[in-house]
Amino acid sequence: MSKRITIDPITRLEGHGKIEIFLDDQKDVERVYFQVPELRGFEKFCEGRAAEEMPTLTQKICGVCPTAHHTASSKALDDLFGVEPPPAAKKLRELMYNAFMFEDHLLHFFFLGGPDLIVGPTAPRAKRNILGVVDKVGIEMGKKVVDIRKRVRGVNALIGGSALYPVCGLPGGVSKAMTEEERTQVRVVTRDAVEFAKLTLDLFDDIVLNHKGLANWLTSDVFCHKTYYMGLVDDHNRVNFYDGKIRVVDPNGEEFVKFEARDYLEHLEERVEPWSYQKILYLKNVGWKGFIDGPDSGVYRVAPLARLNASEGMATPLAQAEYENMFHTLAEKPVHNTLAYHWARLIEVLYAAERMDELAADEELTSPRVRNLPHQTPKEGVGVCEAPRGTLFHHYKTDEKAIVERLNLLVATQNNAAAICMSIDKAARAAIKGGAVSDGKLNVVEMAFRAYDPCLACATHCLPGKRPTVVMSMIGVGIDNDVKDPRSPDTSGRGTHSLFGLNRKMLRKER
Amino acid sequence: MTEKPKIALYWCSSCGGCEESVVDLAEDLLTVAAAVDIVFWPVALDFKYKDVVALKDGEITATLINGAIRTDEQEHMAKILRKKSRLLFAHGSCAHLGGVVGLANFYEREDLLNRLYQEVPTINNPQAILPQPETIESGKNLQLPDFHDTVKALDQVVEVDYTIPGCPPTPELIKEAVMMVLEDRLPPRGSVLAEKKALCDTCPRRDSKPEPLRIKEFKRVYEAEWDPTKCFLAEGIICLGPATRGGCNARCINANMPCRGCFGPTDNVRDQGAKSSSFVASIIDVTDKEALEKIVDSIPDPGGLFYRYGLASSILKRKMTRDGS
Repeated sequence: MSKRITIDPITRLEGHGKIEIFLDDQKDVERVYFQVPELRGFEKFCEGRAAEEMPTLTQKICGVCPTAHHTASSKALDDLFGVEPPPAAKKLRELMYNAFMFEDHLLHFFFLGGPDLIVGPTAPRAKRNILGVVDKVGIEMGKKVVDIRKRVRGVNALIGGSALYPVCGLPGGVSKAMTEEERTQVRVVTRDAVEFAKLTLDLFDDIVLNHKGLANWLTSDVFCHKTYYMGLVDDHNRVNFYDGKIRVVDPNGEEFVKFEARDYLEHLEERVEPWSYQKILYLKNVGWKGFIDGPDSGVYRVAPLARLNASEGMATPLAQAEYENMFHTLAEKPVHNTLAYHWARLIEVLYAAERMDELAADEELTSPRVRNLPHQTPKEGVGVCEAPRGTLFHHYKTDEKAIVERLNLLVATQNNAAAICMSIDKAARAAIKGGAVSDGKLNVVEMAFRAYDPCLACATHCLPGKRPTVVMSMIGVGIDNDVKDPRSPDTSGRGTHSLFGLNRKMLRKER
Repeated sequence: MTEKPKIALYWCSSCGGCEESVVDLAEDLLTVAAAVDIVFWPVALDFKYKDVVALKDGEITATLINGAIRTDEQEHMAKILRKKSRLLFAHGSCAHLGGVVGLANFYEREDLLNRLYQEVPTINNPQAILPQPETIESGKNLQLPDFHDTVKALDQVVEVDYTIPGCPPTPELIKEAVMMVLEDRLPPRGSVLAEKKALCDTCPRRDSKPEPLRIKEFKRVYEAEWDPTKCFLAEGIICLGPATRGGCNARCINANMPCRGCFGPTDNVRDQGAKSSSFVASIIDVTDKEALEKIVDSIPDPGGLFYRYGLASSILKRKMTRDGS
């Protein structure tokens, strides 16, 4: 058989990608390459454009996480023009933002990465999708998923104009105030959103935590990398999606650094490989040591699990309880297992719902004052937010007429670039032995990137073209156990993990 | 039982928003999915390229392609899907007109590479390494699709039967296009499947649009507040509604922001940017040279504004090099 196995295109993610797996003479995995064959060029072609167009222009980087770009961009404009939005405008932005995080995370769990867990990693490929999910969880639950996403996206549309591409962001505020009548409608949605988030966590209990095989995978070394973690936190080091400081913890969970968005250049650096169009971000003050984990490697991770690892809690009560449960159940912090991203994502869904509900209950939300006009001559601005897929930076320099001269964008998935390569490599080494491959085994390799919910449209905003490969050969992992479909009966007698039989409700009872 | 019609969805140089808009069909997505057999849709289903290649010519009833064409791979896939499909739809602004990604045609490919890999302030690249089209690492040959110098709209590469416009198209327009196929009631080939009138003609603020419209001063959105019930143009804010096809549900207008042209021109307009700029020129109400210069100066980045979605499909198509190539 061929010594090269190609997965093309990789599927159930945002954007284009390909995986090349090379086998050695024993037909075991020698190297795995993660190729993204498409780029666009926003960092260049946004030069010369008017600064106020950036929130609606840069969000076209990604149609799945446009609100993240819109928000980071609006905040960069606040900074550029030196103008603070009035309280109601900030709250409207944060409400829209949490609505977006809620529906986007659910998109991942039910449509993109979640089917691997819900339907099963090695289920027939025609079933590993939303339609298979609906078959599995039942049409009623399927309809609920579709309904709550639609209504929450309706909240986005109410504030931002379009459910998909908001247009409301302006320096110093938003374009439209909310009426009391609208707020009343929104409150109905946000209350239902909280209930739905709880329901989804129960589903996660049933489908993953109560399933011996999948629960074992949640602690398996195959999906483990001991990296640094980064995320935005509030004054109490709790997760915040909209604002705060950027906190980085080391692989032992100790705070490594906490910094303001404006200082990002002191802490983050990108490298170029001749074999890759994807720039790879790493911690500048640790340095690049290759595709390896550990405290001496500048490889860090972002997005749901990383945010929970990099924080000391959640700012809403139900999400806080779930946060404690997750770390208690997995018995480590930071949690290094990539598949725990799925769990962390659902805890964030609950936080987003609760935060929406808090904001919708706030009467100040309907204040008519939603803009402060800028008076400062623009020069330079940085904006940051937590995109679903990780920390997102927008940095603009303009002339005095607010025409963009230079921009730099550090996009969520780019932060995870090195880790994604490492994860795929490790999974492939475990799944493929002696050249034996199957659709299910190759899907296990894809699961290793899907847990991150990568957005390759975002990661490839930089220029139109081709882009290669990330080489992941240097990771010397010795995994001696085959990856089994965790849904098949475990007859090996191995891996009967304490997680089996535990779930969140039982843990609650225990305490 | 007769076989269900086969449908494919694919993306080229795009953001994924057109795909998300399909997901926004919500409960209708489940209905449509039950009525058809989706044979390829990388964002949601695990079918691979080899599955597409294995299909017979014309076996797919209709394929929706979103995104512009920038790479060999995209052009190749567009051609394969054209061959396999009885009907090909350009789905969204990028496939229709080149879209926002078409703004890259204002720059050379090398400008983009240099900015990205050598200039940005986060980069650490002392050896000025650039990615290579072909890489050989320890005897392993890795290839990537070649990329073109110019972004193209889909109809510059393959024949397109119908267009669903917008960035993104509304879920209603996508659903209607699919229903037209399923119920065999398509309009003449080549049609753009949306409103025929300009957005301005169906705008909720239309009653406050003065006739004739005469503007002495343009304001930028960051420096002005405006009456949220009045025509933007009457308030001195440039809105491209008069030169843009309707059908978008006036979603930007309803968020109190002006139109930027994503639905493209109305029928029979060859160049959206030329149409938009001539419209704006026609409403300027100053005559003396100095005032004229001042008002023209007050329109920031006219190229990027008027050609925001349509540069790649404009008459010039891209920035010209000195030798005219």
